Amino acid sequence: MSAPGKLPRWAELGLLPVINLVVALLISGVVIKLLGESPVAAFKLMAAGSVGTQEGIGYTLYYATNFIFTGLAVAVASHAGLFNIGAEGQAYIGGLGTGLVCLWLGAWPFWAVLPLAVLAGAGFGAAWAFIPAYLQAKRGSHIVITTIMFNFIAASLMTYLLVNVLIKPGQQSPESREFAVNAWMPSATDVLARVGVTFAATPLNLAFGFALGAAVLVWLFVWRTRWGYALRVAGENPAAAVYAGIAPPRVIIGAMLLSGALAGGLGLNELMGSQHRILMDFPSGAGFVGIAVALMGRNHPAGIIVAAVLFGALYQGGSQLSFDMPKINRDMVVVIQGLVILLCGAMENVFKAPLAALFAKFGAKPGVG
Amino acid sequence: MFPSHAFLRFAALAFCAAAFFASRVFAAAPAFAPAIVYDFGGKFDRSFNQSASEGAEKFKKETGIAFREFEISNPAQREQALTQLARRGATIIVAVGFTQASAVEKVAKQFPAVKFTIIDATVDLPNVQSVNFREQESSFLCGMAAALVSKSGKIGFVGGMDIPLIRKFALGYVEGAKFVNPKIEVLQNMTGTTPAAWGDPTKGAELAKSQFGRGADVIFHAAGATGIGVMQAAKDAGKLSIGCDSNQNYLHSGGVLTSAVKAVNVAVHKTFLGAKNGSWKSGVIALGLAEDGVGYALDEHNRKLITPEIEARLNQTRADIVSGKIKVSEYKAQ
Amino acid sequence: MSDEAGSATAPGRNSDGAAGAARAPALELRAIDKRFGAVHANRAISFAVAAGSIHGLIGENGAGKSTLMNIIYGFHRADAGEILVHGRKVDITSPQGAIAAGIGMVHQHFMLVENFTVLENVVLGVEGGALLAGGLTAARRELEKLARDYGLEVPLDSMISELSVGLQQRVEILKALYRRAEILILDEPTAVLTPQEADQLFKMLGRLREQGKAIILVTHKLREIMAITDRVTVMRQGAVVAEVMTKKTSPRGLAEKMVGRAVLLQVDKCPATPGVALLSVTDLEVRDRLGVPRVKGVSFELRAGEIVGVAGVAGNGQSELLEALAGIREPSRGEIRLGGRELVREQLDARARRALGLAHVPEDRLRMGVVASFSAEANAMLGYHDRPRYGRGLFLDGAASLAGCEAKMKEFDVRPAQPALRISAFSGGNQQKLVLAREIDADPSVLLIGQPTRGVDIGAIEFIHRRLIALRDAGKALLVVSVELDEILGLADRILVMNGGEIIGELARAEATEEKIGLMMAGVRGEGGA
Repeated sequence: MSAPGKLPRWAELGLLPVINLVVALLISGVVIKLLGESPVAAFKLMAAGSVGTQEGIGYTLYYATNFIFTGLAVAVASHAGLFNIGAEGQAYIGGLGTGLVCLWLGAWPFWAVLPLAVLAGAGFGAAWAFIPAYLQAKRGSHIVITTIMFNFIAASLMTYLLVNVLIKPGQQSPESREFAVNAWMPSATDVLARVGVTFAATPLNLAFGFALGAAVLVWLFVWRTRWGYALRVAGENPAAAVYAGIAPPRVIIGAMLLSGALAGGLGLNELMGSQHRILMDFPSGAGFVGIAVALMGRNHPAGIIVAAVLFGALYQGGSQLSFDMPKINRDMVVVIQGLVILLCGAMENVFKAPLAALFAKFGAKPGVG
Repeated sequence: MFPSHAFLRFAALAFCAAAFFASRVFAAAPAFAPAIVYDFGGKFDRSFNQSASEGAEKFKKETGIAFREFEISNPAQREQALTQLARRGATIIVAVGFTQASAVEKVAKQFPAVKFTIIDATVDLPNVQSVNFREQESSFLCGMAAALVSKSGKIGFVGGMDIPLIRKFALGYVEGAKFVNPKIEVLQNMTGTTPAAWGDPTKGAELAKSQFGRGADVIFHAAGATGIGVMQAAKDAGKLSIGCDSNQNYLHSGGVLTSAVKAVNVAVHKTFLGAKNGSWKSGVIALGLAEDGVGYALDEHNRKLITPEIEARLNQTRADIVSGKIKVSEYKAQ
Repeated sequence: MSDEAGSATAPGRNSDGAAGAARAPALELRAIDKRFGAVHANRAISFAVAAGSIHGLIGENGAGKSTLMNIIYGFHRADAGEILVHGRKVDITSPQGAIAAGIGMVHQHFMLVENFTVLENVVLGVEGGALLAGGLTAARRELEKLARDYGLEVPLDSMISELSVGLQQRVEILKALYRRAEILILDEPTAVLTPQEADQLFKMLGRLREQGKAIILVTHKLREIMAITDRVTVMRQGAVVAEVMTKKTSPRGLAEKMVGRAVLLQVDKCPATPGVALLSVTDLEVRDRLGVPRVKGVSFELRAGEIVGVAGVAGNGQSELLEALAGIREPSRGEIRLGGRELVREQLDARARRALGLAHVPEDRLRMGVVASFSAEANAMLGYHDRPRYGRGLFLDGAASLAGCEAKMKEFDVRPAQPALRISAFSGGNQQKLVLAREIDADPSVLLIGQPTRGVDIGAIEFIHRRLIALRDAGKALLVVSVELDEILGLADRILVMNGGEIIGELARAEATEEKIGLMMAGVRGEGGA
């Protein structure tokens, strides 16, 4: 017997998010109006700024790269029934791994640096996730608490390293020296120039491809491998996992290692691809946006890519908005982003029941004789 | 604080002409277009960034020339904001804060015709002016003042985020205090290791209370908005505090010993003016006591606290530092 | 079927002979219709329940009984149709509305607050004023009167958590009566009771009937329908297929109407020929998380070619025993030998046990046996997903799992035969068939089965029982844990009765009777002993 409030799949996955997004933008529009700006102009500005120019697209996808990595990290943990709030810290420490490889081995050719940087990023991120995972699996410490704590520990550790160890001597800013050029991730501009396409200079770089690749791998892993199957069973129904002989502690640790490794990919984009050095607070909240992205993308890699690009566009469009409409400062942009997260993530079911009722009224009747 | 209505209309017009046409609008009218990019703290941090903003506002008021401004919210925006401002025809761009150094270096290379001024860092390029302050000198004087009024022989320091810049403040402060009283004990705490340490008045108040509890009777803060809590705690405990960056004496009249002033507003104002009338020069500018770039604040709010004897001693030392008789060490990372 | 069904075709007419034509029925449904999307859950349902009568409602899972009861109780709204209470049309939009109309419901899963007293639970929601104390005194007086009138004695000041399941059920009934219910709906009330407790319940219901209450008994147990109801309505696929006087029908007749074809209630089998012991358990003790022993020194043997039934009231250690055998729970003491070799710590997980030829159909399908949100296909390899047949290396082979699921569906007649459909969209019986197919497919030598037919339709019960007996005849050893005595009696060759974590008695099938087992279930040691 179908429960009330069921929607066709296309409406559930396509229509509902669009409605939520539109409502979020409508509310944002009201706020913008109250500030004395034209909502229409503001949204046009956001749209033009995020996807209307090559530069906008570049920045949008550059931000999206971070969100894909962290969104996937959150999603993998979520499939195993774990709420990983620590993607921020895992990305931070993962980036350290990537950064150290780039700093120390920058003289090596790029093709030699790249795999090591990827491995180091994933390895450091995984290692950072391992401790909370172990504590959850073997000691029952709640992963939500421990991963939050580990975000703080990661921040403190990185500050210590940047201020005392990695800082470029004689400078104020707690940053490492710049990586050697060999260790730079090729920018989209350069890559496209090789195939004869001119593209505006933006921080968008090859890491975007890695993020897409990671999404494909995550999809393969979760839905096409035995481990992924075990992971989903443990996440959906831990009792059934025990029944099936799947040891939940192993799944917890495995899922968190993978989650941390994915979060660690952020360093490829942010450090290797854009900043070319290790600096303070480079994840700048991407780990938390990843939670919203995973939520909105329904923990599915395809959905995560779409949601990550949407959030990338919000970031870039919002940045343009505060650039061109000084009344809408960066805090307002955060409000708009918050509304989108609220409606598309946390309150996504608000419009589900009314929509389902509409479908039941107009959709189902002609079907049944 | 907001730009004028006319500017808004102009901005809207520019926007309507589609994003990339905007650059041509600017290019076609090569007027003087100043711009400023603040760092994470934001322009209302009551401290460093706000001081910069005040300088820019003063320039606008005097000349009637509007300026563009941008507050960044993630690292990537530093470069993005500078690039966009440069592309849209800004003639001079002030980047506030050392964290923008590498972004300035990158963008300044791409736009050799645009003038850049970076505050609190050094970027060695022909179109970049680097404005640095010798905070250790003002901190030295504040340390002296603290040691001179302290009855307990213990004074305190509360820093914001643990970075070299703040250690620079701390080192000057300690040296100044020891200069007066070699046996003085200086209690030191940093608020934190993340940028949140700049905006946590509650934690600032807790650290101050703990230092008071351990016997300190004057506390110097170099902690941005966190320092507001330090100063409040001092007032509540009936002890003294020393403000930072801006003149904060007025916050608790009679309860603030003095403030280590850093004339970021003057620097920004001068930069805009200089760029307008052609006197702007690239290169490194170091502003210390000699240049009135830093100093200690003396006004009606702390007149009673800084006795003529103390004032005479501080002024003497100030002159000695300016003349080079006294050397204040500068904190250097490694 | 046609003569009996004839009376059902006259809806709306008061057909209860005893109550007389003049009085309006306590509850009357007229052409209740309800759809959920494409599913037509209730099709023009009409029947009437007279005051002072017990009306049975039977039907297979998914026949629409729950929907109908939820409509009466105000959880759902009917798309069309009317509900009349004592001849007056009522519009019930919420459970509060149902209570106001004099309708009370006793759910299968009790709606009680565990750490409240009986009294507090009964007045919950109808405290009668801001000051609780006054309301409580009045409530106590009234409850004591109710308890006397209906023989529903319950210790009013005990915590719910201290009460037996049977007493908790009384509290539920009291709750309804306290709210002045004239019409009482009981949903599968005997599922959690011992036969003796069930008898007591029926006595209570009899007294309520004498007092003029109208009672609707929703059940799938034909025996109960026959024992206590006056009339019975049979539903199938959302529609009423028959409404008959109970005394004019038979269990077989009802079963046929429910399923729509002839069914066998008792599967014939030849006597067992037990072979070697495949599973032997010695002095097994299992403790729960709090360290309380749940299974206390149990020893028994399970031989090839026999079905051993474990009877007992739910919660007497059967579940823990089953889980310890399956490798899900670690025993605190004792020895388990499978096929002559001792299972040690290394084999303390279900996967290792499966590899040794032990399969397990868990008691609680939805909690453990399947992953509700997964497709049938994904569920059909649960526990076997790392076997070579389902893929190569790390990767799963979609075609293999699909083929595997299709084969199982075909062999076990799982309907609908759609591997991609969510398992939760299948009926309980079809879910169980798939789980059983999965476990049997691995060709185990020992099969542990908990509650083989819980929530399973009559039609499927017969099928499942046949398969289990066929397995026995093929020389497998089967351990069946069930709270349904009929099932134990129908399947087992040997019966172990558990009480308080111990095997309190063992009976050969030939000497076992319902009374003997019932007494042992209640804790009275069998004269034969183990």
